[in-house]
Amino acid sequence: MSNLIKGKKHDWETVIGLEIHAQVKSNSKLFSNSSTAFGSKPNSQVSLVDAAMPGMLPVINRYCIEQAVKTGIGLKAKINNYSVFDRKNYFYADLPQGYQISQYKHPIVGEGKVIIDFKDGSSKDIRIVRLHLEQDAGKSLHDQNPTKTYVDLNRSGVALMEIVSEPDIRSADEAGLYISKIRSILMYLDTCDGNMQEGSLRADVNISVRKPGDEYGTRCEIKNLNSIKFIKQAINYEVKRQIEVLEDGGVIEQNTLLFNTSTGKTRPMRSKEEAHDYRYFPDPDLLPLEIDLEDINKLKKTIPELPDDRKKRYVDDYNLSNYDASVLTADKSVSDYFDTVIKSDKKLKESSKIVVNWITSELFSLLNEKNIEINNSPITPENLGRLIKFIKEDIISGKIAKEVLLEMFNTKLNPQKIIEQKGLKQVTDTSEIEIIVDEVLKENQKMVDQYLSGKDKLLGFFVGQSMKKSKGKANPKILNQILKIKLSKKK
Amino acid sequence: MDFKSISQLKSLLNENKISVKEIAETYIKRIKEKKELNIFIYFNDDKIHEQVKEIERLPNDLTLKGIPIAVKDLFCTKNMPTTAGSKILNNFEPSYESFVTQKLVDQGSIFVGKTNLDEFAMGSATNTSYFGNTINPLSKNDNPLTSGGSSGGSAAAVAADLCLGATGTDTGGSIRQPASFCGVVGIKPTYGLCSRWGIAAFASSLDQAGVFSKNVTDASILLEEIAGHDQRDSTSSNVQIPSYSKNLNPSLDGKVVGIPKEYTVEGTSDEINGVWEDAIKSLEKKGAKIKHISLPHTKYALPTYYIIAPAEASSNLARYDGVKYGFRATDSKSLDDMYELTRSEGFGKEVKRRILIGTYVLSAGYYDAYYLKAQKVRKLIANDFLEVFSDCDLILTPTAPSAAFLLNEKQDDPIKMYLNDVFTVPASLAGIPGISIPYGKDKQGLPLGIQLLSKHYNEQEIFNAAFALEKDYE
Repeated sequence: MSNLIKGKKHDWETVIGLEIHAQVKSNSKLFSNSSTAFGSKPNSQVSLVDAAMPGMLPVINRYCIEQAVKTGIGLKAKINNYSVFDRKNYFYADLPQGYQISQYKHPIVGEGKVIIDFKDGSSKDIRIVRLHLEQDAGKSLHDQNPTKTYVDLNRSGVALMEIVSEPDIRSADEAGLYISKIRSILMYLDTCDGNMQEGSLRADVNISVRKPGDEYGTRCEIKNLNSIKFIKQAINYEVKRQIEVLEDGGVIEQNTLLFNTSTGKTRPMRSKEEAHDYRYFPDPDLLPLEIDLEDINKLKKTIPELPDDRKKRYVDDYNLSNYDASVLTADKSVSDYFDTVIKSDKKLKESSKIVVNWITSELFSLLNEKNIEINNSPITPENLGRLIKFIKEDIISGKIAKEVLLEMFNTKLNPQKIIEQKGLKQVTDTSEIEIIVDEVLKENQKMVDQYLSGKDKLLGFFVGQSMKKSKGKANPKILNQILKIKLSKKK
Repeated sequence: MDFKSISQLKSLLNENKISVKEIAETYIKRIKEKKELNIFIYFNDDKIHEQVKEIERLPNDLTLKGIPIAVKDLFCTKNMPTTAGSKILNNFEPSYESFVTQKLVDQGSIFVGKTNLDEFAMGSATNTSYFGNTINPLSKNDNPLTSGGSSGGSAAAVAADLCLGATGTDTGGSIRQPASFCGVVGIKPTYGLCSRWGIAAFASSLDQAGVFSKNVTDASILLEEIAGHDQRDSTSSNVQIPSYSKNLNPSLDGKVVGIPKEYTVEGTSDEINGVWEDAIKSLEKKGAKIKHISLPHTKYALPTYYIIAPAEASSNLARYDGVKYGFRATDSKSLDDMYELTRSEGFGKEVKRRILIGTYVLSAGYYDAYYLKAQKVRKLIANDFLEVFSDCDLILTPTAPSAAFLLNEKQDDPIKMYLNDVFTVPASLAGIPGISIPYGKDKQGLPLGIQLLSKHYNEQEIFNAAFALEKDYE
């Protein structure tokens, strides 16, 4: 797949690296025991440590460390036995300590990689440089008072994992796939809730363009994007802007940018010259973090099946295509649902492709319409399995099944009950179908004549009429056979 | 009545010869009489009476029941404001009690007040405080002397009999040097022995709480109360605290005491070198073996300290920004303006000097040359001690190069002032324990201190030797 962009004189290649900030799923903060619950009353989850009162000291929350290590394992990355928390010094009203505790020279997790999958079935590795732990800042509220800024420290001190990629990404679409994949892995691991709207997952995007084969161009960094849609929009805008500047003979200045979601444009936040000197140094309040191999091995045992393993299993065991499998595994709850359907009956294994279709088309459209998560689906995976089995066994037709599915969705009943109550069971009794066919042929004598005079296509008309008369219950195969026989006898 | 020691006052109390209330009143009266020495930043007799009511109800067997203690105003205290000697924390009232002071409260001690200090413990003369200079109680009327620093208020409070013990903090000598200047006992234990939780930070990797007292036994009693592991301080040591006071043993038979040649420095008075000699002779007489040793990296200690301590301070003091608590400048036009005005007006000259030094040595392009190198040298200094302690039990040195100097003497020469810490800083960088005890006087009658050092967690050895030497002047 070529990602090159046509320019006036030559093609352009986009080079993108992402820094993803993922909030660690943990009940308490990285260095204090305050709650991390979202949406609480401002400053209701602030300990003396979070507010940086004099003499207060950080204490490492071991659970957050474990979460970071698990994430590292999930990213197939090197776990560093020795890592150091540093202070990143800068002043801001919502940064109570006057520094952020982060990891600079010695991050907890080193090089790793994730795989992204394309529609055409191909895939690509995106290399991870590192993952480090750091504290989130508080929030400045500028819109509460015309002359004052308020500060909410609920978020202050919440643990974040910063996941830094190599500049291996070549388009907005790849960036979208990459962040979706990271999100998916984190959610499988249960180390981040993946909620982008609540800011649990945000990204800074580094972008440059170059003539293919050239050295990297000067990059700009777009800060703090919190949806995949905005990430793609921002990249596309910025790439266009950079190409325009270069083609007009200009140079790209290394700036930090902000993306305006309403105008769809980026604008400079600060230039390289205005960049902070963060004066990183090891936090003397904390000892270096040491993790022994035994701890890592213990955590390895807790790692669940991850999207790539599951994808492979789907391809190998169920014969799904690489792309189908990747779509299905992207969302753990969807994939879990699929697994439960398949496991509900041995016979469904060979119908896995049909199961996928029923989930991704019929069920999804019902769920989307009502904005219901698959976890809360009124149709249990077991019931969906039963329904699919009825189709396979010719008890109902596919068309009737859709009707039944809707009823299942509305009533939570199992399909058998609905089929019985509504008498939707397929008619396979030939004598019953023969009666219907006779009636239809009798009622449409003119059409029969036309058919006999050579208009073969009219067979479909007779099928339709007969089906209508049977209220859709006639087994289409048998119906077809009987119609053909009866019509040929009239010749 | 003259109270000489904790044990004496405790027995008077236990025999009902005096009540907690009477003790409190005695000390309130004394503190009021010595008001001109400016030893306390916070003193309020109502607060003392409130405590007395609580303490009277406590069981008599509490180690420190009714013992008057002065608290350096760097320790956060629930019932008294905490300023760190700075305008920026003027009127700050913590909602929490530091680990160390909580231990003292739990044992029934009376907090008589919060003592003066150099602003954020940065200084060697208690003359950088926003609340004025503390005058050494041993001063002659017309020539006010410094009580040393930064814990000068606490040392002076013990010297002036305004309490029986006091808390201090020592980052580069802030307990030992004022103890020497005021003629009292002052111990800085091993780094990590006492939790830093609730002590306004100066330099986190060096700050250590300790105590002042009138004698070695009292120091050992107080230290065993305030030491101990604290989960809230990641650098707090998880070690068993011995009962120093019960184990006190003046026997020095077979002990090896090192005398480092590098501690003979230019500018040290003959009288101090004389006192050092006397102490060496006394130790020998008591059965100790004297060994002449070398700590080759000693000369790098001061420059190393004056890189590391300001670096950490520049970051530790960033939280005083006017946003959350403490002083905030008025009439600022923007957030940056507010920071600038608040910190310009809120911090004194010495604190600003050190924040600037610290910011400089940590900045991009200078970090490796200063901070990183200083960390390496710090390791060499620590290794010097480790090596020596493989065959020495103790090291004996003078505490400070001079006796208490005039309060206005070194005001405008920070380098000269920093030189005061030349004998105390190496042990701080190495994190090892050290004590200063009074040992003789100069011609003017001012006390001179000697310092005993030992390896990590070997406070008992230090107390024992100090206990033995103390007897020379009883």
